[in-house]
Amino acid sequence: MDFRFEDVDGVRRSLADANYLADDGIAGIVYLADRLGKPILVEGPAGTGKTQLAQSVAEITGARLIRLQCYEGLDESKALYEWNYKKQLLRIQASGDDNDWSEIEDDLFSEEFLLTRPLLEAIRAEDRVLLLVDEVDRLEVETEALLLEILSEYQVSIPELGTVKATQVPLVFLTSNATRELSEALKRRCLYLYIDYPDLEREREIVMAKVPGVDANLADQVARIVRSIRQLDLKKSPSVSETLDWARTLVLLGIDKVDAQSATDTVNILLKYRTDIDKAVKEFADRPDDLVDDAT
Amino acid sequence: MTVTEQTGPPSGGGREDTPLLDLLSGFIIELRQAGLPVSLTENLDAMEAVTHIPIEDRDAFKYALGSTLVKNHSHWRTFEVVFEVYFSMRGDEYTLDGVAEGEGPEGEPGPPGDGAPQGGGGAMSGLTPEQLAEMLMKALMNGDQAMLRALARQAVMRYAGMEPGRPVGGTYYLYRTLRNLDLDGVLEGLMDAARQEAPEDLTPLEERLERDEFSDRIEQLKQEIEAEIRRRLVADRGVEAMARTLRKPLPEDVDFMHASREEMADLKKAIHPLTRKLAVRLARKRRHGRKGPLDFRNTIRHSLSYGGVPAEPKFRFPRPAKPEIMVVADISGSVAAFARFTLHLVYAISGQFSKVRSFVFIDGLDEVTGFFEGVEDIGEAVHRVNTEADVVWVDGHSDYGHAFGVFWERFGRDVGPKTTVMILGDARNNYHASQSWILKEMQHKARKVYWLNPEPRAYWDTGDSIVGEYSTHCEGTFEVRNLRQLEAFVEKLV
Repeated sequence: MDFRFEDVDGVRRSLADANYLADDGIAGIVYLADRLGKPILVEGPAGTGKTQLAQSVAEITGARLIRLQCYEGLDESKALYEWNYKKQLLRIQASGDDNDWSEIEDDLFSEEFLLTRPLLEAIRAEDRVLLLVDEVDRLEVETEALLLEILSEYQVSIPELGTVKATQVPLVFLTSNATRELSEALKRRCLYLYIDYPDLEREREIVMAKVPGVDANLADQVARIVRSIRQLDLKKSPSVSETLDWARTLVLLGIDKVDAQSATDTVNILLKYRTDIDKAVKEFADRPDDLVDDAT
Repeated sequence: MTVTEQTGPPSGGGREDTPLLDLLSGFIIELRQAGLPVSLTENLDAMEAVTHIPIEDRDAFKYALGSTLVKNHSHWRTFEVVFEVYFSMRGDEYTLDGVAEGEGPEGEPGPPGDGAPQGGGGAMSGLTPEQLAEMLMKALMNGDQAMLRALARQAVMRYAGMEPGRPVGGTYYLYRTLRNLDLDGVLEGLMDAARQEAPEDLTPLEERLERDEFSDRIEQLKQEIEAEIRRRLVADRGVEAMARTLRKPLPEDVDFMHASREEMADLKKAIHPLTRKLAVRLARKRRHGRKGPLDFRNTIRHSLSYGGVPAEPKFRFPRPAKPEIMVVADISGSVAAFARFTLHLVYAISGQFSKVRSFVFIDGLDEVTGFFEGVEDIGEAVHRVNTEADVVWVDGHSDYGHAFGVFWERFGRDVGPKTTVMILGDARNNYHASQSWILKEMQHKARKVYWLNPEPRAYWDTGDSIVGEYSTHCEGTFEVRNLRQLEAFVEKLV
């Protein structure tokens, strides 16, 4: 079996080419997932680029992205496979009376009547694919078990057909916002990657890469202010995507240097709760000397 | 699968497989000791993972181990400490002798500031303290990583005064080093320098940003120093002993009553996601079992369309009982933290209850429900409870008897058959009268009375604790010492 990546640095470089700035941890774990043939469970606050990571990896490996969006009530027939019973009915009607029943029965449960859903599709794919199981924490605990066979063996058992094995080991990403603890069984099968808010350096680079027309100074300032805001005790800290939105807004407004006034005017793009906004505005305006104690 | 067969990796680790594997199994045993649930499969995964990542690339190595062994982000800190202890002596730039050639970490070809840092620790030992302080200032100003690391090493060598075999903890050396460096003064100095450098006066916002930046760098320096001290201690005492002394409980196992300030901060951070998780889980539980009891009338009426056969059973809408909660919490010094966390948790999931009222006491008692009404930020409200509630009657020493007396007199009639009363406290009554008849009355009127005690069970009924006397009148008495136990209790409550 050939591997997709040469070394950790290679992963980082090609991700950077795809406009995704990975830190050491991210690149290392992606590399490892390829080598060990294991799925990656990506956890972290909303808006830190978990889904984006999967998309970027798909892009650099030239793989087709197959996405399964999880939600409460997702079941086998939506995730794995389903029999196309309308077509089966048609088949029965079309055959009339002259055919042998056992023949029809065999025929009814053949691949022709199988509707593949994302998980099975990823397993059966001949070309390179990347399977993304998004927001896996939204599944009920019982449904989680659906994934287990695929994640560890890369196969799907269909009672009427037998076991479908993967022709090649696809890269698998699972993302979770950690609204609930995932089961041990699931975690055990995955490599665990926690994507936190990026540090100053990386955030600045992300802003530079993703926001057209932003100059280095502004990007630096944006990253610094966002870091300061994240240090406050907020209901919801600004995510990377919100940082980017904010930077875009500043560029559109033609602001090349953020001061307290412009920050206050546009902070509602970064923060979405009234109390958080009030808190941040207060911080912008206050003399820093009074704040030393809260900040440290 | 083909991947598993690939042993004997091309790079790193391989040439000394056995020592590495030994080290690794010791490492994993230590992780388990520290409370991380590491399963056998994860263990095997880690062993395989390290064959792919050379140990020299320390960061990648760390993340590789982390991704296979740590599956919960709140355990990461613990993992990091153990990792530092076990692997701190590995990798080139981490050798002890202080003269690290090729200096820069992560393959930076030497720091830009040339000259001074190139000599590493060897050259620096000739500097005077003033020169050292100046270099430190400059390195912090420029955010020069490699230089900071070298300086941290130098500072430890110079100021910590470490002696082999001396039985003191790392914090002692850390304190000594930091005292000599006077980092608060350094921060001010940096701010002054920044002010001078700026073309015009700094606006408050800019000033704040600068300060955050410098604080961040100083924090990095502190971490470097801490790591350096740890490395030296490991060299002195050996890996296992060091890991044992550094072992810290996981956030969910931290004891409320004995949490240090740092642990408190961790707890505060942990409580938010915990409440969110709990709320989601409870809401989900409620939605499950959507059917209520059989609706006989409705079933019969619908049976008419089937000729009198009750073919389609009808059910009532489920109305799961939502309990009414009264929290009565002791907020005297010893148990204040516990009361704070419990109030926080109860209010965070108050949607699950039809009504929540809260009372706090020391020797007097005050209702604080109002503080929580229409407030978005529970933390803020809890803070107000601690500062504004009128709870002192005579001397500010816990008097459960009197507090219960006041409660019964003023609010006793509000306790009804739907009310669940939660009493939080260690029942250390300072030898006042217990007035336990009140609890007895309360138990008659209320649906349930629970007592949560933050003390370990072994201490109950020792000294002035009279929890035994009270608990005869409660449906349940629970030991709630940490977040894990608190979570389990609240879930049971709903």
